[in-house]
Parts: sequence; structure tokens; C-alpha cells
Amino acid sequence: MTVMSSTPPAKAARESLLASPTSALAATWRSLRLGALRQVLLVGGISLGIAVLLTALTGRGLLNNVLYSCLIGLLCTLIVGLVRLGVAWIDDRLRARQSAPVTEAQAVGWRGALAGALLAMLIGPSMGMWLGDQVTGLRSPSLLDWGSASARFTVVVSVLATVVCVVVIVAFERLAEVRTQAEAARRLAADNQLRLLQSQLEPHMLFNTLANLRVLVGLDPQRAQDMLDHLIAFLRSTLTASRSSNHPLATEFERLADYLALMAIRMGPRLRCQLDLPSDLRDLPVPPLLLQPLVENAIKHGLEPHVQGGEIVVAARREGRQLVLTVRDTGVGLASMPPAIPPALPGTGFGLAQVRERLSTLHGSAATLSLEPDPGGLGGTLVTLRLPLPLPPPVLRSAIEESAP
Amino acid sequence: MNPAPRALIAEDEPLLAEGLRAELAAVWPALQVVASVGDGLSALAQTLALRPEVCFFDIRMPGCSGLEAAQALAEDWPEATPLPLLVFVTAYDDHALQAFEAQAVDYLVKPLDRQRLAACVARLQARLAARSAEQAPAGPGLAVADEGTLEQTLMQLRGLLAAAAGARAAPPRLAVIQAQVGALVHLVPVEEVLYFEAADKYVRVVTAEREHLIRASLRELLPQLDPAAFWQVHRGTVVQARAIRSARREESGKVTLTLKGRAETLTASRLYASLFKGM
Repeated sequence: MTVMSSTPPAKAARESLLASPTSALAATWRSLRLGALRQVLLVGGISLGIAVLLTALTGRGLLNNVLYSCLIGLLCTLIVGLVRLGVAWIDDRLRARQSAPVTEAQAVGWRGALAGALLAMLIGPSMGMWLGDQVTGLRSPSLLDWGSASARFTVVVSVLATVVCVVVIVAFERLAEVRTQAEAARRLAADNQLRLLQSQLEPHMLFNTLANLRVLVGLDPQRAQDMLDHLIAFLRSTLTASRSSNHPLATEFERLADYLALMAIRMGPRLRCQLDLPSDLRDLPVPPLLLQPLVENAIKHGLEPHVQGGEIVVAARREGRQLVLTVRDTGVGLASMPPAIPPALPGTGFGLAQVRERLSTLHGSAATLSLEPDPGGLGGTLVTLRLPLPLPPPVLRSAIEESAP
Repeated sequence: MNPAPRALIAEDEPLLAEGLRAELAAVWPALQVVASVGDGLSALAQTLALRPEVCFFDIRMPGCSGLEAAQALAEDWPEATPLPLLVFVTAYDDHALQAFEAQAVDYLVKPLDRQRLAACVARLQARLAARSAEQAPAGPGLAVADEGTLEQTLMQLRGLLAAAAGARAAPPRLAVIQAQVGALVHLVPVEEVLYFEAADKYVRVVTAEREHLIRASLRELLPQLDPAAFWQVHRGTVVQARAIRSARREESGKVTLTLKGRAETLTASRLYASLFKGM
């Protein structure tokens, strides 16, 4: 018996969608690039403000103050950016050795920003003054000359401005990061819902059913009407399934009966089916269309490829504090997968993965899904779902609703 | 006037088979449906036994698909008579439809549309008429013309089979085959395999020294082999190209292959004969 416990594909897809970028360097470069204009505007604005303030305080020429102030501001920005890239690069090197994943802090780069700000405060103002002197030909007093009031002023203002800039910029980047992740989660939820719908409303199934209906309308209008009723009930339940969080087990079995009635008309004597629901379990709440993908699998992979067709039995029973749901078919079975070579890919595996993911979202490890060759000895496959009893009512939400923001 | 044309319907859903039969009766009253079968293997057996002029094959059937049945039919059909005209029937499959369009194969989409069926029937009637016109003045022209249509059908089938193989997601390549005999498992590196041969529910794995039986189907095995190294030469045979010593074209259009390191010969069906051409 193989109990499936590997990461289901849908979950893996979500993790990859939501995962941090693969390298801290790439992430830092991306946020620097995206935020470049905002940074320049912010730094320019603050520099202008400082220049105006300086002019007002000292009475010296505004133009020169603007020049020095902007130079210092841009240099500090440049230094912070370079140091952040450098720290990200070092992080990547270290991580490559330990093969640890990128943490959020590394991706956003607080540590790099802090180190950059320190360095910028240390050398930014002096370098800016020196560059300014080269342009204007003046000789500003050394910033190390603590006696000079203007030097003191320049240092204090530069430090304050750098801190403000770094905090504002990193906060902005953090916000953008969170937005991107929320967007990815939303996209994934929509994608999952679409895939669920697509797997339920498979065109091949729909068109074949319609083709049967078209023939039946001419041959036997009463049966055609019955078939149409089943189709309508099936479509309605499929389209509304994603909106309700649970329904009684009896309703789930009714929907299976609709689906199986459609398939019985299509497959004729090749399909025999049996639904077995004890009356004391009828009202138990279950997520809608929990069993549907399993029954579809049994038909698609078990009975349809089998020339003689076969039987499908869906049953519910109570075992201690567990609800046990089984889907058994006498189709081609798992044994057709040869032991000599690895199994080819049967379908997309979305059905099983989807059921397993919903179970684990609802009940964690308390619920299991197993897939095994039917022990009845007739070939075929047995799928067994075990859910804890009674089901905790308030949190019966499907995996899809769970991942939506 | 020729005897009434005969048709075979292969469709696993009984109502749809009944529906197609009824629609055909309306648009082509002269057509006589001689058999209606529900799986691919019966489709092949009955077509070979009854030799109808027209076959309607559903694509998705138990046993084997309509495409596989057509492939087997092209390989097993006796050379003296022309192949039946094939019409594929499918419910919905974008990929297959594109392949049908590309190969200019006759196909019908379910649910059936009376007008499209009528157009298809008109084409079939025209081709049957052309066939009997060729056969009427028994002369030297006959063989050539028939050869032309056969080769055309084979080309279409080759195109369809290639498209169907390309549609599947490629699984990883197989490196070693594990052949179990009782408690013993033989590990056979794939590059040592000279050829694979389908044998009922098993595949014979033949190397220069010995052979093994594995529980598998060629259909499952084939996508896991390197198509440049392993050539399918028959629906039941896949041979490693570098194990082939020579290929001789027979009168029937089949090709006989001799191997390096094995005494037996293999046969490449006319469907795959075009693999062997002098450079």
C-alpha cells in the first residue's frame, strides 16, 4: 500500500510562485533598479531643502549650497546602493556554501542598507565637499575640523538626511515586495480554481455527453430528458462547488450519482456502479466535490481503457473516530504500470493532488488518502480517504479559499 | 456498377455508434455497415476479416486507440487490395484536430453535424469512384496509381503518429532496464539492447548475449528511449540503429533487417520503410 505523502504538484507550484528570488543579489538589484527614480527624487528634494536651510542660516550663496548638498546626497545614495549589492553578493556566496534559502531580510537588504548608511555617513560628506571644491575652485573647511560651525552643521545634517533616506527607501521596497507576493498568491489562487474547473468541465467529457444527448433526443426523448437533468445537476454542482465550503455527504453522493448516470448512458453495459451510503452518515459535512475527482479517475484510468468495462463502488463507513470513504473500481488497475521501467506519466495527476491538498488543509495529518491495487483480487484500484470524525465545523474551507488573500 | 460499398464503425459508446449508423443511413443509403465494434483490437481484427471499403474509427477507445488500430491496419493489410478509406472520429482534442488538418485526413467531430457528415461522405464517394475507375481498365497504369494512394495514406499515418507522440510530455530517458526472473533482477544497460519486441503483455529485451522478458508495453517504453538511437520499425519492434547491419527492400514494400551479433532478421513494415534509404 502506498500512502501518498510527497509534496503535491499544486503545492509545489504555489511554493515556487511565492518563493523569494533565487539570489539576494538579483533581488537587491531589482529593487534598486525599480526604485531608482524615487530615490533620486527623494535625495534631490532633501538636498535642495538642506541647501535652502543652509542659505537661510549662513547667508552664503544658494547655488553653491545646492551643488554641495546634491553632490553629498547623490554620493551617499551611490555608496548605500553599492554596499547593499556587495552585502547581497556576500550573502549569496555564504548561502551557496550552506545551500540555505534566501531569507526575506536578505532579499530586502536591511543589513546591507545599514552597513551602507554607516559608510555613507563616514565618507559621503567629505567626498562630496571635495568634489564640490573641484567644481567651484573654492576650498571648504575640512569636516574633520570640529571647531568649524559649518563643518559640524554639514556632518550632522548629512547623517540625519542619510538615515531618513535609507529608512524611507527600504520601507518602500519592503512594501513593494509584500505587494508582489500578495499578487502572486492571488494569481495562484485564481489559477488553481481555473484548473479545478477545467478538470471538472473537461471538453472531451462535455462534448461526448452532448453527442450522446443529440442521438438520444431522436431515439428516446424521455431518456434524453433524464440525461439532460443529470447534466444540468452536474454542471450546477461543479460551477457552485468553489463557492460553498461544505455540504452533507448525502449531497456529495447525489452529485456522484448524476455524474455516474451520465457515464452509464455513455458507456452502456460497460459501466456498472453502486453507491453505498449508510443513513447515519448522510448529514456529515464534507467539502464539495471531494470524491468527484476520484470517481472520474476510476472511470478515466480504470474502466474506460478496459475493453470489458467493469464496476465502480463508492462507499462510506464509520471506523472508530474516522469517516472512511472508498472508491473501488475493477478496471485495468495500477498493475498495468510495469515494474521494469518507471511509470509513464498518467494524466496530469491534478485530481489526486488536489484532493490530497484539500484534505491536508482541512485536517493536517489527521486525514489520509491511499491508493492501492484492489485487494478483492479482480484487478482494479482502491482509493481510501480517512477523515477524522466529527469534522471541525468552522474551518471547512477548501485549499483554494485558503490561499486567497 | 460496383457492389454496394461496405463500412465498419469502431466506437466504444453504444449510443454514438448507433447515431453514426443512423446518420450514415440518411446521407449515404447505399452504404452497408457490416460491423460495429467497441474497441480498438476488435476494430483491427474485424477490418482485416471483413475488408470494408470505409472505416470510421473513434480516437479514444479501450484496447488500443483509433490511431494505433489504423497503424496496425496499414502494417497488416494484404498488398493486393487497396487500404480502406479511414475516417477518424473524435469528441474534442485540439491537438489531434490540428494533426488531422495538417495531414489532410478525413475526420468527424462529435457531436456529429449533418452537413459535415454529408461533405465527408461526398469526398469518400468521390475517392471510391476514382478507385473503381482505376481498376476498371485493367492495364499497366493500375499498379502505379494504387501505389500512389497507398503511399499517400502511409504518409498521412506517419504524420499523425508523429504528432501523437510529440503531444505527450517526454518522460526522462531510461538508462537501465531491470528484468526480473524469480528472485533475481538482471540490470540491462539500454545501450546494450539490440532490439525490443512486443510479446502479448510483455516486451522481449534482446541483447547480443541473451534476452529478457519485462512486464511493459512498447507504448510505455518508447517515449523513454532516445529516438535517434532507437528506431521504431514496426508497431511491435524497436531496434537500436547501430545494431542494424543491412536493410533489404522486399517486393511487398516491407524491409528485412539483418543485425550485428544476432542471426535472426527483423522486418520493418511499409509504414516505416522510408527510414531505410541509401544516402
